[in-house]
Amino acid sequence: MARIEPTHGTDGAADAGEGARRARGRRKAVRYAVPVAVAGVAAASIGIGTALASSGDPDLPKISAQDLIAKMAKSDAQQLSGTVKVTTDLGLPSVPSGLSLGDAPAGGKAGHGSGGKDAGADTSPQAKLTELASGTHTLRVAADGPDKQRLSIVERAAEYSLIRNGDQVWAYDSKSNTVHHSTAPKDVHGGKEAPQELRGASPQELAKKTLAAVDDSTSVTVDGTAKVAGRDAYQLVLKPKAAETTVGAVRIAVDAKNGVPLKFTLSPKGGGKAVVDAAFTKVDFGKPAADTFDFKPPKGAKVTEDKADGKAGKGHEGGPGKDAGAPDLSGMNVLGKSWTSIAELKAPGGVGSGAGAGAKGGKDAGPAGALLDSLGSKVSGSFGSGHVFSTRLVNALVTDDGKVYVGAVTKDALIKAASK
Amino acid sequence: MSQAEVTTAAAARPAPSPLWALSLFRSEAGTVFRRWRTIALLGVLAAVPVLVGIAVKMETSDGGAAGHGGGGPAFISQVTNNGLFLVFTSLAATLPFFLPMAVGVVAGDSVAGEASSGTLRYLLVAPAGRTRLLLAKFTATFAFCCAATLTVAASALAVGALLFPLGDVTLISGVTVSFGEGLLRALAVAGAVALSLVGIAALGLFVSTLTNSGIAAMATTVGLLITAQIVDQFPQLHAVQPYLFPHYWLSFADLLRAPVYWDQLLDNLGLQALYAAVFGSAAWARFTSKDVTA
Repeated sequence: MARIEPTHGTDGAADAGEGARRARGRRKAVRYAVPVAVAGVAAASIGIGTALASSGDPDLPKISAQDLIAKMAKSDAQQLSGTVKVTTDLGLPSVPSGLSLGDAPAGGKAGHGSGGKDAGADTSPQAKLTELASGTHTLRVAADGPDKQRLSIVERAAEYSLIRNGDQVWAYDSKSNTVHHSTAPKDVHGGKEAPQELRGASPQELAKKTLAAVDDSTSVTVDGTAKVAGRDAYQLVLKPKAAETTVGAVRIAVDAKNGVPLKFTLSPKGGGKAVVDAAFTKVDFGKPAADTFDFKPPKGAKVTEDKADGKAGKGHEGGPGKDAGAPDLSGMNVLGKSWTSIAELKAPGGVGSGAGAGAKGGKDAGPAGALLDSLGSKVSGSFGSGHVFSTRLVNALVTDDGKVYVGAVTKDALIKAASK
Repeated sequence: MSQAEVTTAAAARPAPSPLWALSLFRSEAGTVFRRWRTIALLGVLAAVPVLVGIAVKMETSDGGAAGHGGGGPAFISQVTNNGLFLVFTSLAATLPFFLPMAVGVVAGDSVAGEASSGTLRYLLVAPAGRTRLLLAKFTATFAFCCAATLTVAASALAVGALLFPLGDVTLISGVTVSFGEGLLRALAVAGAVALSLVGIAALGLFVSTLTNSGIAAMATTVGLLITAQIVDQFPQLHAVQPYLFPHYWLSFADLLRAPVYWDQLLDNLGLQALYAAVFGSAAWARFTSKDVTA
């Protein structure tokens, strides 16, 4: 059978000798080298790109930690827009997160993740923000002065937006096409600041909360410089001195020009990946377009109204670990202060009684008791006995008489607090 | 011997008119689009929005909302308010499988199908060169990508206009834009979806040069698509996922944010270009150096 062969350079059929065959083999090899080279160049440029992005710390004049904190405090950048990437890795087991932290039902939602079918059924900001407690999320933020803010959680083919314009706060969930409307409380924070949840996960808010906790128990240093979102920044490092806390260090990258925190990293004492890492990937300090903050409920969307006082109970003291989404915890009692503070509360609903049943039932413990035994380790002390649940940062002690102690502290510190 | 003397023929030919360069593409496009199989594929794709539209209409005929609590394909909860969203829902529903499968069939068949039906050698007799033939095949496949996407979009727009109201469009960021801008964005979305299919088109073309069986090439291409989609689902494999061609497919939805979120869209375009470069050149290396026996 006659064959149609590649014709490049072959001088007809007469040239089918050994040499021609070898030349053809060489040409073949050269040709196959092209896709390999293309793939190699692509891989190399990706590698070089990441290497370039992580190196090249900018040269900035030296600054003392006090001056840097003062710079942050008097930072007056009111207008900005940008993209924030938040990665949270508390080391929570995904299903029982609601249980182990003793959370109210809203906390349990975090476990569903954004991919869950029923996620997004609740449009209230509190429920949505607990979703940020695990995994990586992309947020887009925009702010123009104290009473115009916008925060959007970028999801796969959907978006959750929180828009504050004056005293109107709108939440829009495009996945379920629902709107949540509330009126911002005028009295809280003197009506000047955004409600706590509006910018809860942005580097500024995290930095502000952390700096509020700085006192003698913290060592504050400036550790070199970094480039964040294309801007030069100083790295402020806060290290708690107390031995009981599980917080290893907090690093805040502060914009060298205007003192805006651009990156916030919280690493646990145990080492490993950061527990919270929030950083601008893009930031612009220009005035955002005015219509960014306009919102009117779309036609056909379901609108729910909210009373303003729903937010009052949100716990936001006691160190940055609390950002992991402690929802309404009424009757909370804070023991200790700063890094070593421990929240003491009554366990809601079944957790405490389940633990009690598990302890009393001994070997014949009910399913709840068995579940608790498998999740937490059993401890006892002068307070009686209970279970300790550990994550990479936060530990919780649930006693058999229904009390819960939560804090970014070691187990021993929890037991000590419970024994008092 | 019947060896084609392409080089001498090309040298003897006078300078070709620019239209001549297109004639090869025209004949390839004709081969693709005149096939019953292609027409049937486009018909199936056009039927998807009809099905989705009727299903949503029936579900919501008692006044309820579609996609309770955010379930179902993306954007489905907005379809009842604005028929334009049927375009986005249909594209989101067909992009994971139907669209790339159709492209895989056409791309996988492009070279191997000719080889198995014994027409490839006659194609090579034409004084065009293998590189140019391959380019024409790839362009024809990309034309099919565009046609398939536009078929879904146009059918969805027609069904959406028939069954649901049209009007100002609420973007997923909660910003409302005029219907005209909504249409423009829909067109941009269709373009992004068509470009998303370039990767699998190049992959299919490469597979197609490896074998002389059209069926085997199509099955391999669609199999690779399914494998990539499965690997993309496992969080444990997140290290390789950014390099899988379907990974950023849903990024077309980012065109519906205000302002448009470009990061993933550009990642997607870069990834598709990379696949086109790697597998396009691999197809070229294989096709220009292989012996064509059929």
